[in-house]
Amino acid sequence: MSFDIDMVLRYGPLLLSGLWTTVYICALASLLAVAAGLAVALIYSLPSRTMKFLCRIYIEVMRGTPILILLFILYYGGPSIGLTLEAETVGIVGLGFYGGGYFAEIFRAGFQSIPIGQIEAARMLGIPRLTIVARIQIPQMLTLIIPPSTNQVIILTKESALLSIITVAELTKNTTQMVNETFAVLEPYVAVALLYWLIIEGIAFAGAKLERRFSRTS
Amino acid sequence: MDFLGVFSDHYRAFFVGAGMTALVSAVSIAAGMILGLFLSFGLISPNRSIRRASAVYRSAWRGTPILVQLLIVFYLLPVIGLDVPPIAAAIIALTMNTAAFQAEIFRGGLLSIPSGQVEAARILGIGILAIRVRILIPQMLRLVLPALINETIIILKNTSLISVIAVTELMRASQQIVSVTYRPLETYTIAAVIYLLMNLVLARIGAWYETRHAVAAAR
Repeated sequence: MSFDIDMVLRYGPLLLSGLWTTVYICALASLLAVAAGLAVALIYSLPSRTMKFLCRIYIEVMRGTPILILLFILYYGGPSIGLTLEAETVGIVGLGFYGGGYFAEIFRAGFQSIPIGQIEAARMLGIPRLTIVARIQIPQMLTLIIPPSTNQVIILTKESALLSIITVAELTKNTTQMVNETFAVLEPYVAVALLYWLIIEGIAFAGAKLERRFSRTS
Repeated sequence: MDFLGVFSDHYRAFFVGAGMTALVSAVSIAAGMILGLFLSFGLISPNRSIRRASAVYRSAWRGTPILVQLLIVFYLLPVIGLDVPPIAAAIIALTMNTAAFQAEIFRGGLLSIPSGQVEAARILGIGILAIRVRILIPQMLRLVLPALINETIIILKNTSLISVIAVTELMRASQQIVSVTYRPLETYTIAAVIYLLMNLVLARIGAWYETRHAVAAAR
């Protein structure tokens, strides 16, 4: 068994275009996940019990079912209730709301870490609720939530490989195409593993940088 | 929408699939625990090259998507002359994946056991193997059980991917049901509920153990 480096170079453009698709889908999905997670965590912090219950259901469903089945429900089940989406859109929306369940828990833990007295004091001073969140709660939470958030983005990126199953031309899909065309197994999969590793090391590096930056200021 | 119809016509296929999901998860978690234990001692070994090698293994298996790992194991084993059935390839890939994550969990657990215990045991002349098997591992396993339950839930969810290499677990069973009924929404939602129930049971076991353990610690 020998490693044919030429083949990898020949398929370089295909792999790189897959890499790019993976990166931008993951970036958009992560943004959506953070937004959804933050929204759910904020609703969870309201005094309403019904709201808390609904949030719990959202979080449990997202964390308790495989992402593949959520993607299938959206992609194959969606059309039967009139929801027809492009595979790529399904990927972004599916990964985003799936990740939202995990981010909600991260943000919830973050909000809980801030002494209630601070919020009471801010309210007494007449600071609006959203300003309290943006200027008082979130800045203090950052040190606590950056490490698990980095982790979550890494997990999301790895889960994005599943989009190949619903025909999104991302990194894994393009690699299987290369396998099908060349009948080689070793080269494509080694190349794809290295590329994923690269993305993930990149995210971990960025996360560590952010962490250092924000732990210095607080 | 006809959830009841789909379920009552195909409940056997759902349950057989769920059984396969449970079986593959259980075997992978158990085998991964053994491999993960060796690996965790490798990660804290005084020998530099063992430590390095363990760290590379951990980083590679934690840093690539499980789908890619699955495809590598499934397609690469025949290339090196090992013809294994899909279910064996699935179990091998999931085991090697969870071993890396479990090793990291175990390492954290091992580090939280006071080193004085090991020193005392050594002075008493207890062999290194006995120290690990009789002193370190039992205490550590108790500490990491919540994290281990979490990992089990993750593996259970990831077994849905082995449908790709033609193992008929819950996910693939659902795909087969869809190809007969043409009702993807109902079928996949039922499968999602089954996954959810299995994971809720696991989470309950974890919570039950934690409260019981808390009571035992308070006594």
